[in-house]
Amino acid sequence: MTLNDTLLLSFRAVTSYRARSLLIILAMALGVAAVVMLTALGDGARRYVVNQFSSIGTNLIAVMPGRAETSGAFLGTTMGRTPRDLTLKDAQLIGRLPQVKRYAPLNVGVAELSAEKRLRDVTVLGSTADLIPIRHMNLAQGSFLAHDSDHSAQIILGAKLAHEFFPASNAIGQRIRLDESRFLVTGILAPQGESMGYNTDEIVIIPIDYAQSLFNTTSLFRILIEARSHSDIQSAKTAIHDTLKQSHDGEEDVTIITQDAVLNTFDRILHALTLAVAGIAAISLAVAGILIMNVMLVAISQRTPEIGLLKAIGANAADIRRLFFAEALWLSLAGTVIGFFLGQFGSLLLRLAYPQLPAWAPTWAILAGIIVALVTGILASLLPSSRAARLDPVKALGKK
Amino acid sequence: MIHLADITRIFQMGDQSVYALNKVRLNIAVGEYVSIMGPSGSGKSTLLNIIGLLDQPDKGCYELDGKNVTDLTKDEQAQTRRDKIGFVFQSFHLIPRLTAAENIEIPLILSEIPPDERKSRVVEALHAFDLQSRAQHRPAELSGGQRQRVAIARATILRPKAILADEPTGNLDHSIGAEVMMLLEALCQTGTTLIVVTHDRELSARAKRHIGMRDGKIVTDTS
Repeated sequence: MTLNDTLLLSFRAVTSYRARSLLIILAMALGVAAVVMLTALGDGARRYVVNQFSSIGTNLIAVMPGRAETSGAFLGTTMGRTPRDLTLKDAQLIGRLPQVKRYAPLNVGVAELSAEKRLRDVTVLGSTADLIPIRHMNLAQGSFLAHDSDHSAQIILGAKLAHEFFPASNAIGQRIRLDESRFLVTGILAPQGESMGYNTDEIVIIPIDYAQSLFNTTSLFRILIEARSHSDIQSAKTAIHDTLKQSHDGEEDVTIITQDAVLNTFDRILHALTLAVAGIAAISLAVAGILIMNVMLVAISQRTPEIGLLKAIGANAADIRRLFFAEALWLSLAGTVIGFFLGQFGSLLLRLAYPQLPAWAPTWAILAGIIVALVTGILASLLPSSRAARLDPVKALGKK
Repeated sequence: MIHLADITRIFQMGDQSVYALNKVRLNIAVGEYVSIMGPSGSGKSTLLNIIGLLDQPDKGCYELDGKNVTDLTKDEQAQTRRDKIGFVFQSFHLIPRLTAAENIEIPLILSEIPPDERKSRVVEALHAFDLQSRAQHRPAELSGGQRQRVAIARATILRPKAILADEPTGNLDHSIGAEVMMLLEALCQTGTTLIVVTHDRELSARAKRHIGMRDGKIVTDTS
């Protein structure tokens, strides 16, 4: 029998037993769709987190006081000393390094913002003008510490705060109090919403000097650094480490983390999660495969007289084997194709329901899903088709 | 055409050996019309299966069309069945999901004849057996006589040397059975060997040569 005829005849069998075929195809399709949709969800979550994390800056390095030890005793406690402060001088030293494009010292605290009988507690960031570009923040209006006005009492308001305190008039140029100090509003942040844990619409930014006196500290909370390029990150990290060690009398009492490393960690964890989810979904493909085997075995016992007849009129074992094999192949192929589209449609619905989530199934997952489905279908049809091929024609014909 | 020499076929029934055929010798010439009669269990169906290469003897030698076919492999048997033998069964054995024309076409598909030629040969066969108007009907939509005509058309489409019919009229009423037999006999007159296995004395009487079987042996052979 030619390949063409084998495919045609087996296709006829698939379309003739409609209910049976539809049920198997559905089982296979759901398996493939599950792989596509769940990996779309997993990978969407990964991309969401990575995007969020990338949006806070480019080539970022953060320096924080104290050393995070992963083994052994904490240095400060054994020596009876607390870690050395991170100071503005340290920040300036870092700023001179050739790999550093710009840097921003940072202090964070809470203070009471008040103007015209309104008051509320706000998160205060104390920093320099470079904080805005480093953190990829945008000013909707005005400027921050422009033209060497580093030491003037300027304040930037988050979009929501500006609207709350000055609903009727433009906030720029207005005076506002932060605890006991008076500030001039020179800029308003563009609305940005939640990002990495806090809402930039409800913060204020003031110069670092004012923040340090407001919170009565000389120690910095962080130094944020932007490296010149992605390839400079590692050498910048080493240079910062050496500089601070030198300036802290040889003590390694700071922790330096790179955005890159954190990003990679997130990426790895969420990728592993996607893989795990894909694996779970693939179990449903194995179940569909067993279903195909089951149904094909039933089909063979139902069609035993037909197999006997085919053998009597001259079909050889290979013809019969190929016929049933092709039949199972059609079923798994149809299930796979339908499942693929079903999964893509499901992912589209996910994207429509959660626009922030880029729920696209990764290509590897789609390919793996399709290949696993087809291989399962093929494996599942080997046993039934070879059983059909082995049937004894006399017995097969005699069976009613 | 068919030479059976000391053909023995043994079936195991539990721990007992049953001789379905016991040293059967039989020669059938080209174009002969032979009926095989006998009670149930006399071995007539086993004999037909062995002649039709559906079954293999445990002992003996079988020569078909000048060729020793006793020790063919299963695939060679299948090929010989396809090219030289046509089967007609009591219960027709049509494939229910295929139309009459498609059922007739199957042997042509199995021997890989190109589609164009297949089509014209099927049309020819439909004509010969007066089934033109039934070509696109499925077996369930055909009468018993029509179904058996489709089965005969299928059995003869590759122009076999021999037609083996096992109770071909067993599921048909009397007049339709007679019509079917006339079709088979017409084929026999064109030189095809016809072997009919039956219980029916009247049917058997139509043949030129009558073989009687009992307990795995040929007991009568009259012309």
